[in-house]
Amino acid sequence: MTESTNYNHPMLQVRDLRVKVADADILNGIDFTVSPGEVHAIMGPNGSGKSTLANVLAGKPDYEVTAGEVVYQGHDLLAMEPEERAREGVFLAFQYPMELPGVRAWQFLKAAMDAKRQHNGEEELSARDFDRMLRDKIRMVEIDPELARRTVNEGFSGGEKKRNEILQMAMLEPTLAILDETDSGLDIDALRIVADGVNKLRSDSNAMVLVTHYQRMLNYITPDYVHVLMDGRIVRSGGPELAHELEEKGYDWIKEAIDSNL
Amino acid sequence: MTQTATRLDDYRAGFEALEQRAGTGQPEWLRLLRARAWNRFNQLGFPIARRGNERWKYTNVRPLAVASFQTPDYGPSLVDRDGLKAVAPWDDGWHNLVFLDGRYNETLSGGPSQGGGITVTGLAEAIGSNIAGIQQHLGQHADFQDEAFTALNTSFLEDGALVQVAANCQSAAPVHFIFITTDQQRQTVSHPRVLVIAGPNSRVTVTETYATLSGSRYFTNAVTEFVLEDGAQVDHYRLLLESSEAFHVGVSRAVQGRDSNFRSTSFAKGAAMARQDFQVLQDAPGAFCSLNGLYLTTGEQHIDNLINIDHARPNTTSRLFYKGILDGKSKAVFGGEVLVRKDAQKADARQTDKNLLLSRDAEVDSKPSLLIYADDVQCTHGATAGHIDEDTLFYMQSRGLDKETAGQILIHAFANEIIEAVQVEPLRDYLDQLFLDAIPTKGLQFGSAA
Repeated sequence: MTESTNYNHPMLQVRDLRVKVADADILNGIDFTVSPGEVHAIMGPNGSGKSTLANVLAGKPDYEVTAGEVVYQGHDLLAMEPEERAREGVFLAFQYPMELPGVRAWQFLKAAMDAKRQHNGEEELSARDFDRMLRDKIRMVEIDPELARRTVNEGFSGGEKKRNEILQMAMLEPTLAILDETDSGLDIDALRIVADGVNKLRSDSNAMVLVTHYQRMLNYITPDYVHVLMDGRIVRSGGPELAHELEEKGYDWIKEAIDSNL
Repeated sequence: MTQTATRLDDYRAGFEALEQRAGTGQPEWLRLLRARAWNRFNQLGFPIARRGNERWKYTNVRPLAVASFQTPDYGPSLVDRDGLKAVAPWDDGWHNLVFLDGRYNETLSGGPSQGGGITVTGLAEAIGSNIAGIQQHLGQHADFQDEAFTALNTSFLEDGALVQVAANCQSAAPVHFIFITTDQQRQTVSHPRVLVIAGPNSRVTVTETYATLSGSRYFTNAVTEFVLEDGAQVDHYRLLLESSEAFHVGVSRAVQGRDSNFRSTSFAKGAAMARQDFQVLQDAPGAFCSLNGLYLTTGEQHIDNLINIDHARPNTTSRLFYKGILDGKSKAVFGGEVLVRKDAQKADARQTDKNLLLSRDAEVDSKPSLLIYADDVQCTHGATAGHIDEDTLFYMQSRGLDKETAGQILIHAFANEIIEAVQVEPLRDYLDQLFLDAIPTKGLQFGSAA
C-alpha cells in the first residue's frame, strides 16, 4: 500500500470498545473513526471515561478490554505493547506526566527517538542533528531551553510539565496524538502556548484526539469533530459548534436531551 | 558463647608465624600493639552473638567465623599490570600503590612522582625508616577494644599503605591504593591497612580499591585510619570490587581537626558478605564531612553499611547520602548513627538512605538513628525503599522504550546521582561504566512506588 492510498483509509477505527477497570464497567461501547488530517475532541464530565479511553489507546496496563476492537493503520492496536504503539506513531500527552528522577529531558528524548528510528530501520540521530532538531522544536513550542537540561518533570510546574509533553510530541512527530486533559492546570498564557504548539504540529498526514472537560482549549484548537462522552458511551457527535453549545448549556443539557428522547 | 566451632586456630598459626618472622627488625611498639590486639581478639572472638548486639543485629558473621582461611604464601606473583587493569581502575596520572594480599608490591606500583611535602609509601617501609607521626597515629584511631575485626587486623599489622601530607601541601596527583587478593586455589585472608595523615591546611585525594583475581572464597579484613589536622581537606573514594564469593570487612575511622573537610564516597559491588563500618569523629569546631555511598547487590549477597558520626564540638556538619540497588534475594543493611554531644551546639546533620528494589525477594533494613544531647542543632534523616513504579514505566513505554531499556535508564539515573559527584574524572568514567555494565537487565520486577 502506498502512502497516497493510505490517505483514503481511516487512521483509527474504534468499534464497540468496552473496558473494565477493577470489575467496574467504564467504557460501554465506543465507536468513532479518525482519518488523517482530522482533529477530534472527546468531551465529557468527570467520570465519563475520557481518560480511560486515552489510556487504553496508549496501552496502559490494568484495563480489561472486554469487547470491541481498535484498528490503527490496519493493525490491531490492542494487540500491541505500549512501546510498539509509540514506535508506530501513537503518542499520549499525559494528564499527569511522570517524574523521572535523575533522567535528563534531552536524554529521555534521545532514547525515545533512537528507539523509534531503530524500529523504522533508520539510523540513530547524530548528537549534532539531535541538538539542532531539539533547538528548533524548543523554539517552535516556545519553552524555556533550560527545561531540556533538567531531569524529566522533576520540580516542573504544572504548565512546564504540559509544555514538556508538547515538546516530546514535536520531537517524536506522532501520526496519532492523543492529548489527555492537556488544558487542565494551565493559565491562559500557558494554554495559548500549548495550543499554538499543537496547531503548528497539525498536518494532513497526522491526526489528533483531544480529551477535555472544558471547551476553552477548543477556542484555540478548532476540532473537526466533537464527541460527547457520558457514562462510557458517545452520546452525541457533531462539529465544533457542539462544543460551544456545551459550554453555554452545560453537560446537564445533553443529559436531559437524551433522557427526554428515551 | 563458645568459640569452639570458629576457626581461631588458623589465625593463631598465622599470628605465631608473624611473631617469629618479625622477631627482629620491627620496633617494639609495633610488636606490643599487635600483642595487645591479639589478646583482645581472643577475648572478644567473632561477633556471632546477635541478640542484644545492635552493631551486628542484621548481619550474620557465623559463615565467616566458621570458615577456614589460610595466610597467603606470598610466593612469586604472577600478577602483571594488565591483570591489575582488568580488575581495578588505573590511570597513569595517579600515584598507584599496589598491594598483593596486603603487602606492598613496588614492581607493580607506579605513577607520577609527587612533589615535596607528600609521602606515599608502604607502611612496612615507613615503619622501618621510622617516619615521624606513624607511632603517634597508627592504631590510635581504629580502637580495637570492642571491635573484633579491628583487633584481628591489628594483630597482623605489618605492612599497608601510608599517605602523609605536610602542612599546606596540596597533593597534585590522586593517590590510589589497590589491594588485590591473588590466590586462586586456597581460601586466604588478608588484613589491608591504610593510614592517611593530612597535615594542617593540606589537601589530598585518596582512593582505596579492593579487588581480586580470585573467583573463589576469601576474606579481606581491612582497616583505614584518617587524620585530618586543622584545615585539611581529604577526598576519599572506597571501591569494593570483590568477587561474589568474598567476605569483606572494612573498618574506616576518621578524626577531624578544626575546619577540616572530609568527603568520602564508597562504591560497593560484589562480595557474598560485606560490612563497611565507618566512624567519623568531628573533634573540633567547623569540621565538615560528607559520606556518600552506592551499593549494588545481586543473588544472595549481603551488604551492611554502618556509619557513625560523632559531632563532638560546636558548628560541626555532616552529610550522609547512601543509595542501594538490590536485585535477586540480596539484602542490604544501613545503620546511620549520628551522635550530637552536649557541647556540639549548632551541629548540622543530615542523613538519607534510598534503596531501589529490583526484585520482590530483595530486602533492606534501614535504621537511621539520632542521639542528640545539644539543644541548638539541625538534624534530619530519611530512608526509602521501593520498586520501579509501574506508572513511571508506562510513561516511558508510551515514548517507545521497552520495559528493560526503561528500567535500565531509571536504574542508571538512580546510581548516577552518586557517581556524577566523583571529582576525579577517569575514576568517574570508570565507575559509570562499571555500574552501567552491572545493572541487571533481565527479570526486573516492578511495582508501586513505596
